[in-house]
Amino acid sequence: MATPFREILRTKSFVVTTEVGPDKGSNVSKAIEHIGLLKDKVDGLNVTDNQSSVMRYPSLGTCLLIKEHGGEPVLQVTCRDRNRLAIQADLLFAYSRGISNVLCLTGDSIDVGDHKEAKQVFDLDSVQLIHLVHTLNSGKDMAGNELSGGIDFCIGTSASPSSDPLEPQLIKVEKKLKAGVSFIQTQAVYELDELKRFAEFVRKMDEEVKILAGIVPVIGVKMAAYMNENVPGIFIPQRLIDELAEAPKGTGVSKGIEISARMIRQLKEERICDGVHIMFIGREERVPEILEAAGLL
Amino acid sequence: MIIAERKPMEEIKQAMALYKKVLVAGCGTCVTVCWAGGEKEVGILASQLRLARSAEGNEIVTLEATVERQCEKEMVAELEDKVAEVEAVLSLACGSGVQVMAELFEDKPVFPAVNTTFIGMPQKEGLWVEMCGACGDCFLDRTGGICPMVRCAKGLLNGPCGGTRKGGKCEIDPDKDCAWVLVYRRLEKQGRLDLMRQYYTPKNFRAVKRPGRVQAAKA
Repeated sequence: MATPFREILRTKSFVVTTEVGPDKGSNVSKAIEHIGLLKDKVDGLNVTDNQSSVMRYPSLGTCLLIKEHGGEPVLQVTCRDRNRLAIQADLLFAYSRGISNVLCLTGDSIDVGDHKEAKQVFDLDSVQLIHLVHTLNSGKDMAGNELSGGIDFCIGTSASPSSDPLEPQLIKVEKKLKAGVSFIQTQAVYELDELKRFAEFVRKMDEEVKILAGIVPVIGVKMAAYMNENVPGIFIPQRLIDELAEAPKGTGVSKGIEISARMIRQLKEERICDGVHIMFIGREERVPEILEAAGLL
Repeated sequence: MIIAERKPMEEIKQAMALYKKVLVAGCGTCVTVCWAGGEKEVGILASQLRLARSAEGNEIVTLEATVERQCEKEMVAELEDKVAEVEAVLSLACGSGVQVMAELFEDKPVFPAVNTTFIGMPQKEGLWVEMCGACGDCFLDRTGGICPMVRCAKGLLNGPCGGTRKGGKCEIDPDKDCAWVLVYRRLEKQGRLDLMRQYYTPKNFRAVKRPGRVQAAKA
């Protein structure tokens, strides 16, 4: 059985997590394959919650699969698709089935997804969601009613260290830290100095919280340009784009893996943060290559 | 004020397909100011409708009238004689005005000719922006007079999402400002950033029990 993530955060000097993206449809064989491949190589497997507002197999269902296959799931919960009743009910269900890590997120806007006419919920925001999980942990629901059975979620959240302007984001991070989180997974970072500054800010407020740097391998110049243009809060510096441009044709993925591994090594060696969260969307099967190149296997 | 936009001509034409004589009714207040349903727009729509029908060889007669506020029964009642003459009413008022018209003249079909979009203000000539969501639980004292419920695309109460674009623009539309960056800048200018650092509990989304009803306090 996998070590509880809370225990990992407390004891391990460099924590490694990655993601399993649920499929569109009821065939879960690919997710099971990825779970099998990754569960013993990382400390936790995040499952995205209708990522990018695209409807898929649920985060909760995939977390159950991880649990069934002996992995340690981190349930991502966004505020976009469910109101406070639905979120609490899902969390009760999750905990009852042994899912005890929750990542509290705002969620992308409906506008970026594949059901653009749906009603956005946002009954809560991510700070309120963190408070909600603490309320459940205290044995009560949001309305103050007693809950049967104990609940004890390990709570995490996200942050964007490369935002411009940064100050409003930092105020939000401050509120999340005050609400109480055990770990922060950052948006993808490429400038380690930005992450350093962010980590210093966080540690001044909270020495205990673990910072996991978001790692998204960039596999080509086009992807880099697209991300810089379209993915808010992400900034890929020119020197990395140049490095990708120099890579021989057909070696983009390997180059992206190499760059990510190099960054992870530096983060670890210089103790810039407490771990990494690797997001290799659609290429989960190549995550072990990053881990190996980074010396994490 | 209430902002509206005229419906596409094709939709209006279809709605009027069964009728030979209609009243095109405008409103002299909000929709006049936002160029959607005042006297001028009534005239334009009526003539467009006549021309379109004439081109099809299926003439339509239009009466035109604009009352000061179509959301008040007493003012709409002035139209009684004109409504009596027509088969249907095409209202260019906001949704409230359309409903008052429909309630007052129950035996006549009333059709909306505009889509009511939001409560807002003119930002520049010909451009209106949303300012208020009529939530019934005003929060503006804590945000420097900027409403995150409607001006943030996600209606967040405790600061920006992680998607703010470079320069403080909204994740979903680079032409729109991130409301929380605006709040930050205004509160910073006022030396009141402590307000943004406060935690705000989940909003009471039931402050107005729908359908809303407000009773004036007795003098």
